[in-house]
Amino acid sequence: MDIPHVIKAPLKWQPRISPPRRIQDRLAIFLFLLPAFAIFILFIIYPIVRAVYFSMFNWNGMGPATIFVGLDNFKQILTDHVFTKSIGNCLLIVVLSLSLQLPLALMLAIMVGRDLPGRAFFRAIFFMPYVLSEVITAIIWMSLFSPDPERGLINAILVLIPGVHAQNFLGNLNQVMGCIFVVLTWKYFGLHMLLYMAGLQNIPREIEEAAMIDGANRWQTIRHITIPLLGSTIRTTVQLSVLGSLTQFNLIWIMTRGGPVNASEVMSTYMYRYAFIRFQLGYGSAVALVMLAICLIFSITYLWLARQPDYLSGL
Amino acid sequence: MATVNVHKGRYIKRLQPRLFQYLILSIITLIILVPVVIMVFGALKTRGEMFSHPYTLPIPAHWENFEVILRTPSFWTMLRNSVAVMLGTTAGVLIICSLASFVFARMQFHGKDLAFNFLTLGLMFPITVAIMPVYLVVRQMHLIDSLLAVILVQTAFGISGNILILRGFFTSIPMELQDAAYIDGCNPFGFFWRILLPLARPALAAIGALTMIISWNDLLTPLVLLNSDSLWTLPLGTMQFQGQYSSDLALTAAFVTLSALPAIIFYMFAERQIVSGLTAGAIKG
Repeated sequence: MDIPHVIKAPLKWQPRISPPRRIQDRLAIFLFLLPAFAIFILFIIYPIVRAVYFSMFNWNGMGPATIFVGLDNFKQILTDHVFTKSIGNCLLIVVLSLSLQLPLALMLAIMVGRDLPGRAFFRAIFFMPYVLSEVITAIIWMSLFSPDPERGLINAILVLIPGVHAQNFLGNLNQVMGCIFVVLTWKYFGLHMLLYMAGLQNIPREIEEAAMIDGANRWQTIRHITIPLLGSTIRTTVQLSVLGSLTQFNLIWIMTRGGPVNASEVMSTYMYRYAFIRFQLGYGSAVALVMLAICLIFSITYLWLARQPDYLSGL
Repeated sequence: MATVNVHKGRYIKRLQPRLFQYLILSIITLIILVPVVIMVFGALKTRGEMFSHPYTLPIPAHWENFEVILRTPSFWTMLRNSVAVMLGTTAGVLIICSLASFVFARMQFHGKDLAFNFLTLGLMFPITVAIMPVYLVVRQMHLIDSLLAVILVQTAFGISGNILILRGFFTSIPMELQDAAYIDGCNPFGFFWRILLPLARPALAAIGALTMIISWNDLLTPLVLLNSDSLWTLPLGTMQFQGQYSSDLALTAAFVTLSALPAIIFYMFAERQIVSGLTAGAIKG
């Protein structure tokens, strides 16, 4: 029964062998990479290159760009105190995220650890805000932050404390960034915690146990064993967190539109305002390029500085 | 008797840190859940109740707000648009990234590292940075105000991260399988389609689930690229609804609850995939 198959098989495959394997491979490489390159170049690289051109014009988007202004747009951006303020606010979010949000996530990840009963439950709850869209998060928190204690839960709790008045929160120049940071933490600490928990999963328990046997207490073990071994995960979360903080848009735009009086302006809301509200597309392009430069400078320096040995790769 | 007491004491001592841990975790669970629960409760109240007792339990529950929204045709249009964009983007990302990752993981050619580094440039800056330049190009291509534009742009922004994840996964599939397939007369296309993709199903599910969530929640791309309200996606529509009906808190709460519901349900079923997609990216990157 099987014999005809065996005889037929080489005949059937003959024409496929005739073009050399190398040409076939070349064709596969080309065809497989084509869609990725096409869409990546067309919708990311080419637009950015075009933006370099438009950034040198004073252009409102109607007709071709004709009013050439050279580097004036960049000069104006870097001297505009609103933009300086927006960089300051971005850096404030970066600093707060790195000093409060990530340590909180790390602490909780270590606390939940590998074997706390119910860890899957806590992980699922803490990660849930990440799955809710930023629009929903912003709307939920806008009502919590409402200055009217009848509407906003936070003020409703605050006024129960004797001597404390209802706060303006999102309407207060000094409180608005703090409020935004609270919302950012609510939404994103679960993501970082999840990544740390996955990183912890990769650390062999024996190493920590060995440290304990050698007389290290719980804190020393965490400080000198667990955290260094989590190095590559921590580096990733730091990069994610910094890039996210530098370009945060949705939450801030919905909750405050950068207000009151530019108090919560960040680079992306500044860009959006100029490009899509005032339709100064040349100036908007220039702002986008400044943001891109800041992100690239950070990413490249960070990747270069953080090229530390990955302790676990040797295990 | 004494030994029992000693035993008990040690037990309690061991239990204490656990109790403390659970206390902290419970407080944070409350902080996460209370805002969401308050919104859902708000959705179940009438407008008047929302003013008179905003923080009480919605007893009896009023489902009218949900009814009002489910009867508006525009809600269903937004839902349909969101689903279309999500499916389009997810299909695009899965096809394009699995093809490219296969080449990077399994084939040799000059300039491979350069090509890979080029395609993963997108990891160095988030989508927000490029949206303004992308808007100009999309407008130039006369694709503005179309769902196709949103799909293409979201797909483009998904390329870098997902190629990185999938390449890692494809590399871990044993080389012997490929040799065996080639000896049996399989060509690269055949190996990719018949062997690699079926084996990579868990990885594809992970990046698929993650892409779905990211696309579903994306506000910026539709906000910039779409004008007509007949094309709005749910996040965009939710934002506009909140602005328009800000005085009717209960109705807004119902709208927000309904637009959050698909993501929550999806999360309940695909938590494992979303989590493994995220961690694969972070741990390997």
